[in-house]
Amino acid sequence: MLEDQSNVKAWFYLLPALILLGIFIFFPIFNAFFLVFVDEYNYMQGTYEGFTLINNFRYVVTDHNFRVAMTNTMLLTFVSVPVSVIIALLISVWLNAIKRLQGFFQTIFFLPYVTNAIAIGMAFAFMFHVRFGLINWFLGIFGISPINWVNTGASWGTAIFALLVYVTWLGLAFKIMVFLSGLQGIDKQYYDAARVDSASRSRVFRRITVPLLSPMIMYITVTSFIGAFKAYTEVIGMFGERLGPPGNDRAVITVVALVYRSLDRSGVPGALSEAAAASLILFGVTLVFTMVNMQVSKKRVHY
Amino acid sequence: MEIKLKNLTKVFQSKKEEETVAVDNLDIVIPSGQLTGLLGPSGCGKSTTLYMISGLLRPTQGEIYFGDENVTPVPPEERGIGLVFQNYALYPHMTVRQNIMFPLENVKMDKQESLEKAQEIADLVGIGHLMNRKPKQLSGGQQQRVAIARALVKSPRVLLLDEPLSNLDARLRLQTREEIKRIQRDTGITTIFVTHDQEEAMSISDEIVVLREGVTQQVGRPQEVYNNPGNLFVAKFLGTPPINIFDGEVKDGRLMIGDADIAKKDIDDREVTIGIRPEGFKMVERSKFKAEVDLVETIGRDTTLIIKHPNDETQTFRAIVDADYGVEPGDTVKFNVKPHKMHIFDKETGEVL
Repeated sequence: MLEDQSNVKAWFYLLPALILLGIFIFFPIFNAFFLVFVDEYNYMQGTYEGFTLINNFRYVVTDHNFRVAMTNTMLLTFVSVPVSVIIALLISVWLNAIKRLQGFFQTIFFLPYVTNAIAIGMAFAFMFHVRFGLINWFLGIFGISPINWVNTGASWGTAIFALLVYVTWLGLAFKIMVFLSGLQGIDKQYYDAARVDSASRSRVFRRITVPLLSPMIMYITVTSFIGAFKAYTEVIGMFGERLGPPGNDRAVITVVALVYRSLDRSGVPGALSEAAAASLILFGVTLVFTMVNMQVSKKRVHY
Repeated sequence: MEIKLKNLTKVFQSKKEEETVAVDNLDIVIPSGQLTGLLGPSGCGKSTTLYMISGLLRPTQGEIYFGDENVTPVPPEERGIGLVFQNYALYPHMTVRQNIMFPLENVKMDKQESLEKAQEIADLVGIGHLMNRKPKQLSGGQQQRVAIARALVKSPRVLLLDEPLSNLDARLRLQTREEIKRIQRDTGITTIFVTHDQEEAMSISDEIVVLREGVTQQVGRPQEVYNNPGNLFVAKFLGTPPINIFDGEVKDGRLMIGDADIAKKDIDDREVTIGIRPEGFKMVERSKFKAEVDLVETIGRDTTLIIKHPNDETQTFRAIVDADYGVEPGDTVKFNVKPHKMHIFDKETGEVL
């Protein structure tokens, strides 16, 4: 009975999910691998002129737009992920420590997660507005003259800074929730023991809280890295379809945004192959960093 | 370090404003350099008392003195205590060595010195060869030794153990309790441990404190408390098998169970509760104190007779006698009672008479 059971039923139950995954996930992945190795692919007619190994890749990596997109994506990822993980960690430790109003603050910190990213992006864009924005008003208190963050003529630097603030903030909610549930799973006795052992607060945090929370931190870091590499909605939310401040279009474009933008030129032979090449490069980068993360976790994470 | 508890009281308040008095006006002195057991059934406030001594719980009222120093307002990290938790609370991500060294790192001891100190203390508790293991790779008994080593390594003034043996299996428990006794003797540190197991407390304590519902019942050397229980609760709580309880009365200076004359008792006539230890019966040829044997258990050198209770036929009591007597179930046995194994209590208050 243990071995001979027929699994037809199981396959039957899995079928709907498999069909959907097949159409929307597996086929596009294989198709991307196909597209990237053909020359002059015509989307409308489905025709192509022979195969090529590196032409599409070579075109992409020498493309100025791709380089900008890659720089932006990397910057977003390697700044926003560590910063938001650290801030989320501190906030959740603090939240876990308070007794009064904990539920209230938990709700406040979690609200961004259930709010539409585009809407928040628009709100942030307005906060950074050169004349009416909260940020410039705040800086004004200290006598700092208004900075053109995101409005017409704003530079790449200010625009990406504003985007970074927004992306970091947006990522906090989910991280705080995961960390908080992790913290609540840590046996209080460890803290009592540490207290009796005269450990200072910062040592308790470094030597006990962080190691015991490390599986959560690892999980959050890996998923956040992957999420940040795919950043797109955030750019749209803050800058709209221009992908940059007015007059500085595409200044803060990301790789995924670049891939989507290729659809605008889908009539042009080869455009989709370039998009496929760009997304495969991003895929490779994501894969490498996830593997690095996993490797680090073997040494640093205590399950 | 002598520890004095003065009118120590702890009241817990639930969310519905209901108050529970866990420890009620505790007034005891714990002698220096000895092993003291806080003993009582669950809910008697013994762990609460221990955690108040550690400083992790704040007393509602009263004071705690370490020697002459009033430590009541002193936070746990400055009290100089070592605490072994019931489930050890070893940091799972640190090795045994790191666990033991953690308290030393906190006081910024020199690395080399603390390594040596950790090794020394680990050798003392017999885990010196396991320094590179993680707690998960150790048995329960080994984990506990690590916890003791971690508590001892910073040379605390007082060592506190919360139910140190409850997570161990029976065989290990016997071994470990001797080990705790040995470590305590070797270090000479004032040690307080909490247990609900009277046998455990009796076997290793220099002194026991019997608690019930937050109130001290009796303090003294274990055998002394066993031999001279101050009240019915203490008499019932100490000893396995437990003491046998009989309803009796004092009439004309004689102590009677039913119409059997047990002993002389020079007090006014009244109803009393009589407790007789199982080993307090002597089988004799002639006595009015007699009853029918229900069951006979022979374990090794002892024979335990389970005898129908003279006050109530549906109940039984136990008498431990020499295995030599050929007693069968159904026989009627006659007893004399050894006076020093018998205790007489007030029927209402339970106080010893």
